[in-house]
Amino acid sequence: MEGREVVLPTVSRVALCGGTHGNELSGVYLVRERLKRKVEEEDHFSVVTVMSNPRAVQQCRRYTETDLNRCFTHATLSGPVTDKTPYEIVRSQELNTLLGPKGSPEAMDLVCDLHNTTANMGLCLIAYSDCDWISLHIYRYLQRQMSDIPVRFIHFDLPLNEAYSLDSVGKHGFAIEIGPQAHGVVRSNILSTMQEGVQHMLEWVHLFNSGTQFEGGKVDVYTMVKNVDYPREFETHGITAAIHPQLQDRDFCLLRPNDPVFQTFSGETLKYKGTEPLYPFFINECAYYEKGIALSLARQRSVGIPSIRSEREGEQGKRKSSAEEMEEEEEIKGEMEEEGYQKLMEYGEESDSLNGQYN
Amino acid sequence: MTSSTNVSCFHEARRVAIFGGTHGNEMSGVTLVNLWIQNGKEIQRKGVETKPFITNPRAVEKCTRYVDTDLNRAFTTENLSAPSGDDLPYEVQRAQQINEIFGPKGSPEAYDVIFDLHNTTSNMGCTLILESSKDYFNLQMMHYIKNAIAPDSCPVLLTEHPLLKYSTSRSVAKHPIGLEVGPQPQGVLRSNIFESMRVVLKHALDFIELFNKGLEFPPCTVDVFRVSEKMDYPRDTNGNIIAMVHPNLQDCDWEPLNPGDPMFQTFDGTTIRYEGAGTVYPTFINEAAYYEKQQAFVTTRRETLAAGAIKKT
Repeated sequence: MEGREVVLPTVSRVALCGGTHGNELSGVYLVRERLKRKVEEEDHFSVVTVMSNPRAVQQCRRYTETDLNRCFTHATLSGPVTDKTPYEIVRSQELNTLLGPKGSPEAMDLVCDLHNTTANMGLCLIAYSDCDWISLHIYRYLQRQMSDIPVRFIHFDLPLNEAYSLDSVGKHGFAIEIGPQAHGVVRSNILSTMQEGVQHMLEWVHLFNSGTQFEGGKVDVYTMVKNVDYPREFETHGITAAIHPQLQDRDFCLLRPNDPVFQTFSGETLKYKGTEPLYPFFINECAYYEKGIALSLARQRSVGIPSIRSEREGEQGKRKSSAEEMEEEEEIKGEMEEEGYQKLMEYGEESDSLNGQYN
Repeated sequence: MTSSTNVSCFHEARRVAIFGGTHGNEMSGVTLVNLWIQNGKEIQRKGVETKPFITNPRAVEKCTRYVDTDLNRAFTTENLSAPSGDDLPYEVQRAQQINEIFGPKGSPEAYDVIFDLHNTTSNMGCTLILESSKDYFNLQMMHYIKNAIAPDSCPVLLTEHPLLKYSTSRSVAKHPIGLEVGPQPQGVLRSNIFESMRVVLKHALDFIELFNKGLEFPPCTVDVFRVSEKMDYPRDTNGNIIAMVHPNLQDCDWEPLNPGDPMFQTFDGTTIRYEGAGTVYPTFINEAAYYEKQQAFVTTRRETLAAGAIKKT
């Protein structure tokens, strides 16, 4: 990707959050250890370590009254608080004060929220934007540094005020989601992977803030398209089938029309009825049964990212608000898509060679 | 007396129950039992009344292990003989009700056989849990099941131990059998786990049908793992866990653990090794529900149990 180099403000204030779901233990343990060792200052930037939902952590449950990681929409953050307000909504407003306010210049530069999933997803960065260059460069850096585990980027296409998770509070943010791990369990290999991921992320921030230029390129991104629920009984709403054994654990393996999706309890196979082949993820995630999600489906595409570096001394322009930064990002994205399209016409799909790695 | 005439006679196993949802988030049992409550054709056998039963409906509804206290530890003599009342923990009340329907525990009126369906986050495969080394009926059933599913294996865990044995919901019956299938996360239904539990139960019911028809089962031996010692996670003075199951031990249920082998790994990467006297066979390695019970895994020792011939009276 030639040409446009993007200069961005340094990432000087980072928040690392765990225990947003109290039974997703890699993040809980990682945060606990950091808090014990009182790690706060790295070179060139500060890191605030937060146990997001201490009550849920103490009970080793996902949440006590309502899912904390759905409480960060603008509507919930600005709602009134009474003594009847669920604990997690009170907490989301506290976290917004601590790490935000969301959408303002005072918000943390980067919020990274640590999660586990029962699905076989490897390591995924999950974010709301596919043109936040900081997040995408961190993603690419992790991919290159971590060879033992597949690293992927999932994009939920929601505008900022509708974005509901904790990571949306920062100017830049993403969740790091690692699986498979049962809730309530710490697997040493999964914890090591998370420690490594966090380590590399902080390394990248340090390098970025020190003035390193990160060259542009292309990365694969999975954009969420839709959720698929279990087949359910009409009256009781109980599920009548399980994820088919040929789909179980095959996150990010392309699901084609007529591929098996569910197996009913009487042994019948239910097939994928969509017309477009899509990539499944969050296959059989425990916490999603109650949300009516058996699996999610995504489209994969190649996204061009520009070369970036941090602002030098004296180069500081006026501080942009998140909205202005996003507008500029969209502009650059548009330019790059055009460029990318032209390249596609010339050279064909370059990203196919990366696809084979993770199946 | 020669062994050929030394046959233990048991009454016909007419009343059989299948318990699901003793832990409300162990989904294979919940799903199978609900299925069979709606349509019990699959579990019907000639000469047997098989009753599928959800033991902890409130926990099932909340998809949680238990509401007040662990139902599968609640069947103590103390609990079962306590005066009933609404102030008792939910699961104690439930234990008393279950004891009335399927027991009383220890009496001639108790159910003949109860299968109690469980899942574990540990990599235990399809484990059968045996409470008494002298229950020839159960030993013969387990021998039958093991043969039927070969070459797949079905380890047998013997929980007969003065301190470690616990008062299970199935213990109300004359012949209690636990089925523990994993690995499966709590709250999740994996179809392969579900199917393997279903197959084991099918063979178990086949055995009962054959027994009730009058078939004599010759003497046999069964290799079991007898529970030995509970091993907790290393903890600090505040009771917080300071190490995890070592990657070399994780998922290695039923494999030998020798003195000097890695056992735990602290968060800064230090290895803590097993310092027992001899080789043991760990199981229930990293079971989610046991963190609060101070158990990282349990050690077992291999033993061969002999069961005499059995026949219906």
